[in-house]
Amino acid sequence: MYSFILANRVLLGIGSWFADKKDEFYMNFIKEDRYMYLVNGLWMTLRITFFAVLLGIVLGVIAAIVRSTHDKTINEMRPGFGKCLLIFFNAIVKLYLTVIRGTPVVVQLMIMYYIIFASSTNAMMVAILAFGINSGAYVAEIIRSGIMSIDNGQFEAGRSLGFNYIQTMYYIVIPQALKNVLPALANEFIVLIKETSVSGYVGIMDLTRGGDVIRSRTFVAFMPLIAVALIYLIIVVIFSKLVTVMERRLRNSER
Amino acid sequence: MSADMNNDIIISVEGLSKHYKNKAGVIYALDDITTDIRRGEVLVIIGPSGSGKSTFLRSLNLLERPTEGTITFEGVDITSPESDINKLRQKMGMVFQHFNLFPHLTILDNMTLAPRKLLKMSDYDATQKALELLERVGLQDRADAYPSQLSGGQKQRIAIVRALCMSPDVLLFDEPTSALDPEMVGEVLDVMKSLAKSGMTMAVVTHEMGFAKEVGSRVIFMDEGKIIEEGTPSEIFDNPQNERLQSFLAKVL
Repeated sequence: MYSFILANRVLLGIGSWFADKKDEFYMNFIKEDRYMYLVNGLWMTLRITFFAVLLGIVLGVIAAIVRSTHDKTINEMRPGFGKCLLIFFNAIVKLYLTVIRGTPVVVQLMIMYYIIFASSTNAMMVAILAFGINSGAYVAEIIRSGIMSIDNGQFEAGRSLGFNYIQTMYYIVIPQALKNVLPALANEFIVLIKETSVSGYVGIMDLTRGGDVIRSRTFVAFMPLIAVALIYLIIVVIFSKLVTVMERRLRNSER
Repeated sequence: MSADMNNDIIISVEGLSKHYKNKAGVIYALDDITTDIRRGEVLVIIGPSGSGKSTFLRSLNLLERPTEGTITFEGVDITSPESDINKLRQKMGMVFQHFNLFPHLTILDNMTLAPRKLLKMSDYDATQKALELLERVGLQDRADAYPSQLSGGQKQRIAIVRALCMSPDVLLFDEPTSALDPEMVGEVLDVMKSLAKSGMTMAVVTHEMGFAKEVGSRVIFMDEGKIIEEGTPSEIFDNPQNERLQSFLAKVL
């Protein structure tokens, strides 16, 4: 008998808890179509990340090739215009890496938005540039370490067949280097997705800012912020899975 | 081939030196080397480790840049800044101690990459040529394998035929059997012997004195960056003149 009452109480308790949460859910996400803040925010986050990743890879590969070409060949090079050019570009790349890796991404973003592109109204474009340039510096170091990890014998074998420096890099060294650094690159992109959450600093309505706007309307922090966190988590998990699959494929092709 | 062709000089080395500076002073890796390699000849270079024999071989295709002297390959001074070293290297194959096959490519692709990209051979022609060469070394069934699936001896045989795919005029061997398990040395030496028989010009740095005696047409003994003694295998092995060569041979034979 007692146990029946107790069970009833518990069920009622759970029931009212669910009812509370249902109201809260309604207020945070359904009322006034507030879920659209998250949907639009997510779309913005994905666009910024996607284009920043592309820009980061392009910048990173260029920077990595300049740095490793410099480190590998500068002692062997004959003095001349080419050598001066390489030293010059290497210095620029080094400066780029030092400045970008030595300052917080939020500060870089704000400098881009409020100083360099102060006249621009396209905040998304500015964010893509800022995050892409930021990511490029990290990608450069990852790819450079990949290139340096390839045994010099591979390089010599390519050259001894008659390939020039660029062809040897393209056909022989870079494919192996990229395969070796794929996990590190994937990690960099995962970091980048999450780093875009500071876009709100320059008034961009990204996923994080979307959740925050809901919080400011409903004065409830729990649901919108947990929802935002879950969405980031799901994206990252999906991405990690994709990378694992890709890695396994690459490894199979070599066994 | 006429007797005249047989005496044709393919690589001429003159006053070749390479020195480094370090705290102790100037170190000569190569010290005033002068010699010729003739067409169809098998030149064997022996010497203790650190004698500069690998450096000498690697400077023949400028993997090492000499600091002084000239190397003339088929009438072209390859040490001059105007020469196109990449073009010249297509005619100088090289086989390395550690094989240096490309692990991300199949055996067939390892062999056909350079002919396709550099000689602009068609896929079909390059593949035909590669398969023919694979058959010559008994590895035709491994065409689609990856390097990591092969034994050391097989890898080195592939490395040799990869170089042959470019139809080089000379093949450089940098200690081709030193990284192999003893039971695999024979299969690689056999390939090299049959190559030598077919008239391929070869320069071989090796510790295999048996190979030097049997196949070499000329032997160079190097020590401390210098050519100490030079002659036919019988002159070098049966009647060594220099004291250092005598003591080297006493140790390795």
